[in-house]
Amino acid sequence: MKFRGQNINAAYLFLTPAMTAIFIFFFLPVLAALVMSVTDFDIYSLGDISRARFVGFSNYIDLFKNPLFWKALGNTCYFVLVGAPLSILISMLAAMALNSKMLRFKPFFRLTFFLPVVTTLVAVAVIWRYIYQTRFGLLNYLLSFVGINPVDWLGNPRWAMLALIVMAVWKGFGYNMIIFVAGLQNIPETLYEAARLDGANGWQEFRNVTLPLLAQTTGFITITTLIGYCQFFAEPYVMTDGGPLNSTLSIVLMMYKEGFKFWRMGYSAAIAFILFGIILIITLIQLRIQKHHEI
Amino acid sequence: MEKCCCQSKRNTVSLNSFFKKNNNTYFYLLIFLLVLFLFLNACHSVKKKDHVINFWAMGVEAQHLGELITVFEQENPELHVRVQAIPWSAAHEKLLTAYAGNSTPDLCQLGNTWIPEFVVLNAIEPLDTLLKTSTDIDTAQYFSGIWATNEIDGTLYGIPWYVDTRLLFYRKDIFEELGHSTVPTTWDELFDLSLKIQNEEKTEYAFYLPLNGWHEIVAMAMQNGSTLLKDNNSYGDFAAPEFQNALRYFLKLYEHQLCPLGMNAISNLYQSFADDYFAIYISGPWNLGEFQKRLPESMQSKWTVAPMPAFAGESPGISTAGGSSIVMFKNSENKAAAWKLIEFLSRPEIQARFYQLSGDLPANTTAWNIAGLHENERTEVFFQQLHHVKATPRIPEWEQIALKIQQHVEAMVYGNITPEEAGSRLNIEVDRLLDKRRWLLERERE
Repeated sequence: MKFRGQNINAAYLFLTPAMTAIFIFFFLPVLAALVMSVTDFDIYSLGDISRARFVGFSNYIDLFKNPLFWKALGNTCYFVLVGAPLSILISMLAAMALNSKMLRFKPFFRLTFFLPVVTTLVAVAVIWRYIYQTRFGLLNYLLSFVGINPVDWLGNPRWAMLALIVMAVWKGFGYNMIIFVAGLQNIPETLYEAARLDGANGWQEFRNVTLPLLAQTTGFITITTLIGYCQFFAEPYVMTDGGPLNSTLSIVLMMYKEGFKFWRMGYSAAIAFILFGIILIITLIQLRIQKHHEI
Repeated sequence: MEKCCCQSKRNTVSLNSFFKKNNNTYFYLLIFLLVLFLFLNACHSVKKKDHVINFWAMGVEAQHLGELITVFEQENPELHVRVQAIPWSAAHEKLLTAYAGNSTPDLCQLGNTWIPEFVVLNAIEPLDTLLKTSTDIDTAQYFSGIWATNEIDGTLYGIPWYVDTRLLFYRKDIFEELGHSTVPTTWDELFDLSLKIQNEEKTEYAFYLPLNGWHEIVAMAMQNGSTLLKDNNSYGDFAAPEFQNALRYFLKLYEHQLCPLGMNAISNLYQSFADDYFAIYISGPWNLGEFQKRLPESMQSKWTVAPMPAFAGESPGISTAGGSSIVMFKNSENKAAAWKLIEFLSRPEIQARFYQLSGDLPANTTAWNIAGLHENERTEVFFQQLHHVKATPRIPEWEQIALKIQQHVEAMVYGNITPEEAGSRLNIEVDRLLDKRRWLLERERE
């Protein structure tokens, strides 16, 4: 089918409102942020724009020299590399359990697993703070039965990030689970029957039927989860404010603090673009791997 | 559209027959009237605007302003005050956003360490001329250390509203059991006593110094004579012996395990204080009310407050000059009326009443007499301390610097860095922060 003359004009006409909105509310701010990231726009400049200087890439250079940035980057990587696979694994297992014919009360479990996703994080954080509480918390109480001494989950730099990962995975896995359930239901039953006729056991069925046919779904989930986990912000913002000892400071939290707490907008914009670069690279690698697998 | 018409038809059958118009016309007439009503309403509020004073106050203060505002409005029937409560945690962002969006109020309550920032923004009005003509506000009635926090480079930008400083809250009963009817006046003596408290297992820990604040370490450093910054506040001065001494004392408390490490150890401060978890705590006047309210009845005679110890010489030691001021925004179209409200809230009897309502210690010392604060042993200690307070560097970067100090102190007590390393790293990071300030100072000179 070809679009010529009138048709193409009409198409543009219909696209214009959406494109205008995207341009004004997306491209323009991104462009402004890019310009800002090469200036030292800060609280002084907010009062008098002549007090902003063009500084080239020195915000970026400064960032690479700032130990706090590396700490935040390390923390974010830790969170992404441990949290994202864990979250994907658990949601896949939960989805398979929900999809299995053996399980009863499916709607109940589906609802229970999905409930944390729709609960606001602030409410979740309050509950988890009680769970993690050192002296009276539920977790330490349970651990005391197996003879483990109380751990200061959110106050100890070694454990704080792990505690946040567990909470984030618990809160988020239900969403991916629903997508996995949809993916599983799309696999024709006949394939399993064929596999069983060929004498495949449970593991072989999973390895050779379920996994390959879930590849598309898994790919999508991996990309969205990784991007989501790279933007790790709300958990430390409400639970620890980046502490103790900056052990839960993420890139986005650092960006927020620099930008909106201290109004160092230039610096903050530079962090944003570095994060953008990182996410872009991850996504490209991910897409490349997936393409490779399809061929 | 069709649906709407049906609706109006159903509801207005009788009226319709009265007007003898068709449904559509009637519907448009309704819309027209609605728009007209909204428009007139908008005009109405525009006309009234001259007599409205917009006043932004923080949580607790805003809650207790109601009664005083009523009195003010009775005195000035032509004026109307609109108080908006903003939570402390969101205040800074909200004010900056309001400034950027050109929608600042007439008056605002501002923590006095925030004033320099808004002066740099050129957002708040100098008050010197207004003060000169004022008969209500007498500077001699104010604590000089607190008043000074409102003066930036010799110009006055805010009138202190309530005051705040930090000192020792302690378990009187435990101190007395160990033979101390008064609190040691030097840090070294307090350290020895703390060891004794813990050795005799009076409490789990002697001290509780939360690591999410900077007031304790900054007060100790200022007592040692540290200015924190040097060269017209354009470089950090944290490697200097004055600051290092304070860091070392702080570290010593943790090395001897006199303080619990980590914030989560204490979920409920008041319960822990009553449960013999710690005996000494550095805090501010808001906890006078909280301790009274939250500690059990049996504990009430067992705690009190004492002035800050010192490192040597002068007692009590210096503490930080905190509190809130009322500032006027440059954009205000109603400055005369706004100033009237500032004067009203500064009157001794109003200040005394505000203390009774909110528990905030009055900035005006005459109000202390009226409210009978000298008769109260605990507030009297605060009165003494408030004569020994010092302002932190009055530059817009201070909040950021304070956070850096807090982070490095935390790293130090966790044993990750030594006091020397903390000092030199602080210098590097603070110098980087102050680069803009140095450039501006340079430019001013030229």
